[in-house]
Amino acid sequence: MSDKPQRSSANSSAGAPQIKVNPKVNRWRRFADWDERPLRLDRFAVEDAAAGFAAFSSPNDPKPGLEIAGGKVKSMDGIAAADFDMIDIFIAHHHLDLDVALEAMAIPSPEIARMLVDMNVPRAKLVRLAHGMTPAKLAEVVAELSAIEIAFAYSKMRARHTPGNQGHVTNAKDDPLQLAADAATAVAFGFDEIETTMRVARNAWSNAIACAVGAAIGRWGTLFQCSSEEAEELQIGMAGFSSYAETVSVYGTERSFIDGDDTPWSKAFLSTAYASRGIKMRCTSGAGSELLMGFHESKSLLYLEARCLCLQRGMGVQGTQNGGIDGAPITCTVPGGMRELMAENLLAVWLDLECASGNDAAATESEIRVGAKILPYLIAGSDLICSGFGSILAYDNSFNPSLMNGEEMEDFLVLQRDFEADGGLTPVGETEIIELRSKAVQAIAAVLEELDLGRPTPDMMASVVAASGSAQTESYMPRDVAVISEAIKARGINVIDVIRALAKRGFREAAQNLLNVVKLRVSGDYLQTSAIVRDGKIISAVNDPNEYLGPGTGYRLSAQRRQEIANIRDVLDRDEVLRTEGRHAKGESRLIQYRSMGEAQPGTDAKEVVIGISPAFGLKIFRTLAGHPLSAVLDALTAGIRAKGCKPRVVRLHHTADTSFLGLSAARLAGSGVGIGIQAKGTAVIHQRDRLPHHNLELFSNAPITRLEHYRRLAENAASYALGEHPEPVVVPTKGEAMGARFHAQVALIYAIETELTRDGAAPENVEISLLEAAQ
Amino acid sequence: MSERRKLGTADYPLAEKRPDLVRTRKGRPLAELTLAAIEAGEVALEDLRITPQALRQQAEIATAAGRPTLGRNFDRAAELIDVPQDVILSIYELLRPGRAKGKADLLDAARLLRQTYKAEKMAAFIEEAAEVYERRGLFAKRF
Repeated sequence: MSDKPQRSSANSSAGAPQIKVNPKVNRWRRFADWDERPLRLDRFAVEDAAAGFAAFSSPNDPKPGLEIAGGKVKSMDGIAAADFDMIDIFIAHHHLDLDVALEAMAIPSPEIARMLVDMNVPRAKLVRLAHGMTPAKLAEVVAELSAIEIAFAYSKMRARHTPGNQGHVTNAKDDPLQLAADAATAVAFGFDEIETTMRVARNAWSNAIACAVGAAIGRWGTLFQCSSEEAEELQIGMAGFSSYAETVSVYGTERSFIDGDDTPWSKAFLSTAYASRGIKMRCTSGAGSELLMGFHESKSLLYLEARCLCLQRGMGVQGTQNGGIDGAPITCTVPGGMRELMAENLLAVWLDLECASGNDAAATESEIRVGAKILPYLIAGSDLICSGFGSILAYDNSFNPSLMNGEEMEDFLVLQRDFEADGGLTPVGETEIIELRSKAVQAIAAVLEELDLGRPTPDMMASVVAASGSAQTESYMPRDVAVISEAIKARGINVIDVIRALAKRGFREAAQNLLNVVKLRVSGDYLQTSAIVRDGKIISAVNDPNEYLGPGTGYRLSAQRRQEIANIRDVLDRDEVLRTEGRHAKGESRLIQYRSMGEAQPGTDAKEVVIGISPAFGLKIFRTLAGHPLSAVLDALTAGIRAKGCKPRVVRLHHTADTSFLGLSAARLAGSGVGIGIQAKGTAVIHQRDRLPHHNLELFSNAPITRLEHYRRLAENAASYALGEHPEPVVVPTKGEAMGARFHAQVALIYAIETELTRDGAAPENVEISLLEAAQ
Repeated sequence: MSERRKLGTADYPLAEKRPDLVRTRKGRPLAELTLAAIEAGEVALEDLRITPQALRQQAEIATAAGRPTLGRNFDRAAELIDVPQDVILSIYELLRPGRAKGKADLLDAARLLRQTYKAEKMAAFIEEAAEVYERRGLFAKRF
């Protein structure tokens, strides 16, 4: 289409309307509106493979390929063995299963991609093939899949049957009282793992004790990590406080690895060291780390992550934390970034690794992007959906705010309920939470006292129990904590000391719970892939394997689990609605009386306007959705009609509760032929005798925002129509509220109460109303 | 170790399915690790450590579950159990880029593991690292 201006100027001389653009207006103001949205705080990057900004493919990515001779890899992904960097060497030596490799590499990538989404191809068959595939091959296969196919394949391929979740427990003061309370809270909400870190590095030991104690309140089995400097983290684990680690990062290019001050061998050695101490361990990797570190080799994010994951399988770690992690925000700046994060999680589970699937560092300021980001994982399930979810408020998250934080936890709980999907969390009631928090704070205070580390005051403890975040506490500050932490370290306090202190001070259940977690390391059962503790038992990919083979298989909510997920707070039912109405009944009885005056007949007075009220109006329902007493509404309506010199008559209709028919029936009874129909919840209409039912004069459908002044003007307009005038219709201003979300549950319950009272063919009834006081 | 059948996935979790096989370093069963025993001072942190047998058993289970690389890691870990923490950390440090001056440093570490701690598999792993580090110039001094 051409938009050259010549034609229009020719037309203007022929008298066509000329549109002049105001020279002062140079912008559609919608863009200004958009500028104010949180989304515009996110910055996006141009796709530029040479600069490392490419999600799925780059011209610099190698083509898949593998040559084997004499039982040795001669070349991999187009690189001759002699030219391998240290990552290639490690992958060729430790990841590639040469017994499978030639078979796997020979299958065309689109065919393997189809197998990934084919419910009839068992997971085990695909895992076997992955063990013989090179990084470029693995990346090429998953790049074939759309976002929905990746999510489905992820659901099919993840290692453990039962989904789980991990939460961060930190605070801006490193306050041990709050850490204990928040750890207990996170455990109550169902996190399988909790992870802490510090604002001040030397507070690690204090954080470790506080979280270990808090996590032992209520139930046992939540694994705990204290993320700190490598050597110290291992020492904290050896002292028995923490039970897992995931800070062992690997990278997809040699120079990034060296810049990160490690090699695949150093990281593999560290991983082995963790296993030798009986501590569960996973590595960390993720798109964008090489890009952030400046050594991306112009390779795509997915290809580099495929290298990281092959490396991890080769190292023999049970699992990975991937899906961008710290690189998620930069990954989400490029086209396909979120799809790439899903694809790399799929690679992890396809390689048979436990996957703590990111959804960690806040990748956007847009709540819509947050919801969209989390949804595929929630409905697909994941070993640990977030790694982790900020169980505390965003400002208390010492890792950096997470994708979802304490602020949004209820949103997540509701998403679980919406989609009947198990995100690993469970709603908990207010009473239970406050009791757990009190107990946790008392327990850590007892431990601090017993070990002569501190004497928290009752005021400190009380402030923490109630606090949503550290801004509301009067408790330990980082400097106080450093003294505690250094004493723990210097005195060599270990978990046995803490268990004894708890037991001595009467916290026997917490002492036993903590002991149970430490005892896990004797058998090492929880070192197997995807191991967590549920109901006091280890479940992992070994004894709870995901064996999805189509509908009816794989993870399904049990009836009990479904009930737990559905049980969010503040839900409405009929009894609740009637209880609420019952509270208003008494007040209304002092303000208004309705007296039945027998069957209503058509009126003859041309100035008569009939107000048709619904069956439950003033009998079972006493307020509109906006909260106005029905006495005040009737006062406004009758006053408005009288103000225009007309005569109101109130008629209760028994055959319908529908607004349109209430209005039409009222109009047919009115001498003027104009009537008002109004439901008890406040929805109203002005109608005229000869109109079609849904072709009214004015409709007031937004009862929750309809105020008394609107009812008054509605009545005045009804009277004007009766007088043959053409009034300006009343407009109830809306701000675009989601009225349905706010009120439809209540509306449906109220409407059911109305419809239960309707009787087919029942005659309308005149009602005399007496307003007893000034009904406002 | 006596000859016996290798463990499989049906034996897992060992603490539940094969408590007869789970023993502490001092040969005590899990059932003895009670809160009362801790209060009485009869259980120390040492009793709550993993054992070489447990890691080798877990290695068998991992391999039976189709995870041979995980199994090999557990086997290497079994060899590291008695290696003191400071030795572990010093070898880790040596494996970081630019720490070892040359191949000989890593080969010395491998020899220490093999001779003092009978850590044959771990030693071979470090010898492999020595080869690769030499090839890729990772002994170069970093500033």
